[in-house]
Amino acid sequence: MIRVIIRRLLWFIPVFFLVTGITFVTMHALPGGPFDSDKTPPALVRQMEATFGLRQPLYKQYTIWLGNVLQLKFGPSLAARGKPVESFLLPGLAVSAQLGAFALLFALAIGLPAGILAALKRGQWQDRLAMLISILGVSVPAIVLGPVLYWLFGLHLGWLPVAKWADPSDGLWPYISHAILPAVTLGAGLSAIVARLTRASLLQVLYEDYIRTARAKGLAERVVTIRHALRNSLIPVVTYLGPLAAGVLTGSLIVEQIFAIPGMGRYFVSSISNRDYPMVMAVVVLYAFIIVMVNLLVDILYVFIDPRIENT
Amino acid sequence: MTTVATAPVLANPRRSRTLWQDTTRRLARDPLVIICLLYLTALLIMAFIPARLAPLSYEQTSFSDKLASPGTIAQDPKLGGHRYLLGSDRLGRDILSRLIYGARISILVALMGAGISFVIGVSYGLVAGYSSPKVDNLMMRLVDVIYAYPALILIILLQVFLTTLSQQDLAETHGVQRLIVRLDQDSGGLFFIFVAIGAVNWLNMARLTRGQTLHYRQQEFVQAARVVGASRWAIMGRHLLPNVIGPCIVAETLAIPGYIYTEAFLSFIGLGVQPPTPSWGSMISDGYGALRLAPHVIFFPALALSLTMLAFNFLGDALRDALDPKLRNR
Repeated sequence: MIRVIIRRLLWFIPVFFLVTGITFVTMHALPGGPFDSDKTPPALVRQMEATFGLRQPLYKQYTIWLGNVLQLKFGPSLAARGKPVESFLLPGLAVSAQLGAFALLFALAIGLPAGILAALKRGQWQDRLAMLISILGVSVPAIVLGPVLYWLFGLHLGWLPVAKWADPSDGLWPYISHAILPAVTLGAGLSAIVARLTRASLLQVLYEDYIRTARAKGLAERVVTIRHALRNSLIPVVTYLGPLAAGVLTGSLIVEQIFAIPGMGRYFVSSISNRDYPMVMAVVVLYAFIIVMVNLLVDILYVFIDPRIENT
Repeated sequence: MTTVATAPVLANPRRSRTLWQDTTRRLARDPLVIICLLYLTALLIMAFIPARLAPLSYEQTSFSDKLASPGTIAQDPKLGGHRYLLGSDRLGRDILSRLIYGARISILVALMGAGISFVIGVSYGLVAGYSSPKVDNLMMRLVDVIYAYPALILIILLQVFLTTLSQQDLAETHGVQRLIVRLDQDSGGLFFIFVAIGAVNWLNMARLTRGQTLHYRQQEFVQAARVVGASRWAIMGRHLLPNVIGPCIVAETLAIPGYIYTEAFLSFIGLGVQPPTPSWGSMISDGYGALRLAPHVIFFPALALSLTMLAFNFLGDALRDALDPKLRNR
């Protein structure tokens, strides 16, 4: 167990260098600088660049940046004239994380029961309906579903608020009601994937020998399904949770834009087009780190679901 | 099984069918597959001859007909009573025409994305799977590392890089830059979308192909080929490839909706095709801006995008079931 965790954490090192290296070089290869504008005189631009250490050779800039990151300092944002990058990213990350958690919760709450029902009622109308909805779910992307939900429930029916994000301190209902539409938009595709995976994996498990054994020794069908089949069928579903969570992260960019949510997604594009080098690097490192951590979490979850894995 | 050729079978010789003949037969029997294929063929035709099908040009604006509802007749005298079948957008452009031209982008991305990632991924996976464990391990670790790079950041970086480059004068650029700008202009500003999609998605294909190759290389027919003296490349190309390619085609078909969405997504956030070239993604973005005033503007491109993704998903599912009926209901 500990070895798995350590291996995963060590894995972050090559990933870190590759991701930051590529990003660093590409960002600096982009023509134009963070301080370029028609109004600023060139002498001043040069001075500003010198102040932020942008006129040094590239490898030197990278090593300086590396040294700062080891002290967990991501540097000043160049677009906001020197305010630390963390002061923008952390509040944004908090909002995005809540949105992502809601979306995952929705995906599991809909996807797991739907997949289980479809597998148990294989070939019957419940199965066909669930699979039809799930294939629609993977075919209607967020840039379609978001505006549709926005228009239908936000503008036409006026049931739910749009274009805002509420804090838990504003009260429970305002908090939840603001999160419903974005979370559903973000989670719909995932719930479809979860449903299909759960169904496929449960169907496979239901034909295993140990299920026949459990039935043969006279266990109730409910016990066989829940305790023997379901638990084992969740293993492949958990495997996919890692990539799915990564999908939530990147998908939230578009959902945040549609519903005007102050998450960290907006720094994605704006930092690149502003040539805000420290901000881009921080965003990239943060995303890579989250993806590695999610995969670690999946590995740990594994051991709880499938005790056989612990000994390997 | 082939050894049990008994007399009655020989007396009644049935022509054997190949795997692919079987697959096509099963596919042709499914009405849903036929509908999907018809729809995609229609899109393909639209993509090839948009100018003949579209009633107006995609950049024809009309300021007296902004946000016209579906079915209204143009007020603008120079349009001569043109009827906006699907309405017009906020610049008074005919949505039907833009929709038809927009099919070009989605179809191109679907074909190019699939082609690039398929060729790279399958050959990489095949070589890795048939190489010594040491080489295989090295090749797959490389895949793992690239896999950890947040794909979207890579795509956005490349897109920003390219849009900045293509805004420069061609005469001022040189060497590789010039080549890239030329390539981008020749592909209608889509070059890096292809590159990015290919660069990200060949990884999945490589993993799948390698897994399949590892499975088949153990089997007798590969050993037999080796004993007969077939070269490495002959074994990979003639014996392994036909066996591993089925699941790869299925996976690639199911990946196409993702490619189409990536382009739409990039165009939605303004990093895709350059205006006024229409893409369904940029049309959805336009429609989103007019959501309060004219919901119909977003409706048709959104429908077209979803239907196209749906068609490829249905097709991929049907292909998988047809290729391997054992997998049905999985």
